[in-house]
Amino acid sequence: MISSKSSFSFLWRNDKILGRVLWASACLSTALLILIAMFLVKESWPVLTSIGITRFITDAGWYPLEKLFGLAPMLGATVIVSTLAVLIAAPLGIASAIFCSFIAPRRIAQAYRSLIALLAGIPSVAYGLWGLTVLVPLIGQFQPPGASLLAASLILSLMILPTIALTTDAAISTVPKSYLQGATALGLTREATIIKVILPAARASIGAGILLAAARALGETMAVLMVAGNVVQFPTSLFDPMRTLTANMALEMAYATGDHRASLFVSGLMLTAIVMALATLAWRLSGGRVHG
Amino acid sequence: MKLEFVSYDECKRADSNIRQLAQPTHEVALAAKGITITYSGARALRDVTLSIARNEITALIGPSGCGKTSFLSSLNRMTDLIPGCKVTGHVYHDGINIHEPKTDVQELRCHIGMIFQKPNPFPLSIRRNLEMPLKEHGLTNAAQRYERIEHALTEVGLWSEVKDRLDQPALALSGGQQQRLCIARALALEPSILLMDEPCSALDPISSAVVEDLIIRLREKYTVVVVTHNLGQAKRIADSVALFWFQDGCGYLVEHTPTDAIFNAAQNAITKAYISGARG
Amino acid sequence: MAEMAITRKNNSARDLGLMLVVWSATAIIIAAFTWIIGDFIIHGFERLSWSFLTTSPSNAGRSGGIAPILVSTLLILLIAITVALPIGVATAAFLSEFTRVGGRVRQITTLSLDILAGVPSIVFGLFGNAFFCIWLGLGFSILSGGLTLACMVLPILIRTTQAGLSSVPDEWRRGASALGLSRGAALTHILLPAATPAIAAGLMLGIGRAAAETAALIFTSGYVDRMPSSLDDSGRALAVHIYDLTMNVAGGDANAYASALVLISLLILINSVAVTLTNRYGSQRITAS
Repeated sequence: MISSKSSFSFLWRNDKILGRVLWASACLSTALLILIAMFLVKESWPVLTSIGITRFITDAGWYPLEKLFGLAPMLGATVIVSTLAVLIAAPLGIASAIFCSFIAPRRIAQAYRSLIALLAGIPSVAYGLWGLTVLVPLIGQFQPPGASLLAASLILSLMILPTIALTTDAAISTVPKSYLQGATALGLTREATIIKVILPAARASIGAGILLAAARALGETMAVLMVAGNVVQFPTSLFDPMRTLTANMALEMAYATGDHRASLFVSGLMLTAIVMALATLAWRLSGGRVHG
Repeated sequence: MKLEFVSYDECKRADSNIRQLAQPTHEVALAAKGITITYSGARALRDVTLSIARNEITALIGPSGCGKTSFLSSLNRMTDLIPGCKVTGHVYHDGINIHEPKTDVQELRCHIGMIFQKPNPFPLSIRRNLEMPLKEHGLTNAAQRYERIEHALTEVGLWSEVKDRLDQPALALSGGQQQRLCIARALALEPSILLMDEPCSALDPISSAVVEDLIIRLREKYTVVVVTHNLGQAKRIADSVALFWFQDGCGYLVEHTPTDAIFNAAQNAITKAYISGARG
Repeated sequence: MAEMAITRKNNSARDLGLMLVVWSATAIIIAAFTWIIGDFIIHGFERLSWSFLTTSPSNAGRSGGIAPILVSTLLILLIAITVALPIGVATAAFLSEFTRVGGRVRQITTLSLDILAGVPSIVFGLFGNAFFCIWLGLGFSILSGGLTLACMVLPILIRTTQAGLSSVPDEWRRGASALGLSRGAALTHILLPAATPAIAAGLMLGIGRAAAETAALIFTSGYVDRMPSSLDDSGRALAVHIYDLTMNVAGGDANAYASALVLISLLILINSVAVTLTNRYGSQRITAS
């Protein structure tokens, strides 16, 4: 023990050397982000310079082999499916947080919280598997083919629900107890206290949590890929199959070459930019307290 | 650093001769010249010049916020750890100015140990609390380490209480025991000066009395500088007392005189008022 | 008075309405998840057996087991952790012990790590493919996959370690430096040991995130379902296996469910270890202070 330590002892007897080693690690960690950004740009550079960014929006469709790089339908599908998922998950998540904080007895609330945490831990591929084998056939019975915007939104909403429920729960718990006492002293009902006092007081953090959940929904790949049907089109009804940006990358990276491959990196950049924007907004909203 | 081993027997002999050795020498152990301390540009203490005599207990007294603790921390450069804190002036110890940039602070802090208000034993066993710093300072011989540990614990009167449970966590000890362990931890490094920042104020009265007696005994071998809010304590233990005061949010030294003089025949108006309890 | 009574009645009706909404939302959530978990347990146990875990897949995975896939998964996780843990702990130690609160270095590093934590996993996959597989020439291999996941879990490890270090009381740092100890000695003997439960919890969270990952692995560690003979071999992770069986293999559902049950059980186990460590850490802090 002592002998093996003394061989490295110079590392911690001399703070200068240790400091440099740790500094180097920190630089490496910081540089990683730059490295990722550099490689995304490097790989997408050929198409960005040759055809420009606007054609990714204005082109008539996604036929990369015929030099048509219209990402608009997939961008649209990504935004629509994420919005729908948030619209479904947000009320459920907030209601479930209210249940936890105000209604359920302590033990049940605790058990319920661990259930939600457990759900947060189920991998996206498992949600996809379940969606494809249970949910898609179920929807298909009413409106074939089943693999659709609806299926993707439902699965996605299940996946982001824990995020919203847990962040709202945490947000409510930071509302000062005195608000609750004050509201009770005024003779407000439980409903009025929750709706008119507690939720407004916590709204910034709740909003931040919802934005983070939206960012997660936008970046989600596997579950959506497995249940959405993956037809490149603007979904016009809930039962239309559609393809998201992430699914497109996962499906086509395996065989894409040249400009096609480069345009997939462009969509990666685009996606990252949107997700970053949302995360920044969430960060601003919460005053820099919430972590993704 | 130099590690000269003093055997336990030698120390015991020294201990038995305590009374004979107790003659104060008035040799200067630490000399602070023109110490001014600023926090992020705001002055907290101005122009303190103070000599600390060897083998004496010097008490720093005064109301809260008058810069006593800052001054104490500047004596072994613990002020380095506080972001935004800047110290100007000189502190001479063994003929060198410790505020020179080239001073080896790690070695300096072995010579000038520090005890804090709240006991801060590490979350390690009692033994490891003393052993780890010794090992880090290059005492590789396990037998020597053990003797030093035993000696230091004996010096603080903790040996008989803990010798059978050296491997139990230090945090399981009582508050008074923890504080004595912290003192032993500093003593094991064989310092010549101990800086104590209100060492008894976080303890119960009984533990406090035990630690106070210990500080009095430490005078025989060490120079002690102690910050205290407790005038009675200063009167009981100190050889000389330095009174700090503050004006316009900035601390300064009012006077530094022998304890008898300050408590029985104070001349300065502020001192008189503070001693009598009228101010502060 | 009559008006007053009406308002009250109205209020209690609204209270009832809110309760109805909340209870039904909770019921929907519990029902949905019971349904999902129930399906995994029912369908998963149809195929799950000891031999499922110890045999190789055959007939494109429709029959046989998942032994080589478990081995590949383990190797990928092992690489991810061996690479990310030292860098993560060192970065966290640098940030909390060698930089100042609110200092520029700490701000920039924390910001970049926050951004990194938000990058979608598919983008890590693109990066891993371009950087590890092609630019570094590692090809589709367990090594590429492991390194890609290392990048993904790095922010988690740094964040938890940093949280652990920042909850170590300052009085120990002061005590250490008053004894003339170097910052390195304080780190190795006191601060890191005190933060170990937090680091371990972060490690578990990181492993959990990595084990659940599919998108970042499809184009880095690849699809090959044979037993890997070296780290340069392509190896199929459990999550990728589930994806492949579901999407590309007709009649692979039964084995997909069994594999998913294995993966979910693994993740629950890892998560509960993380939670236990975090809780124990919390209570330890209370007794220590």
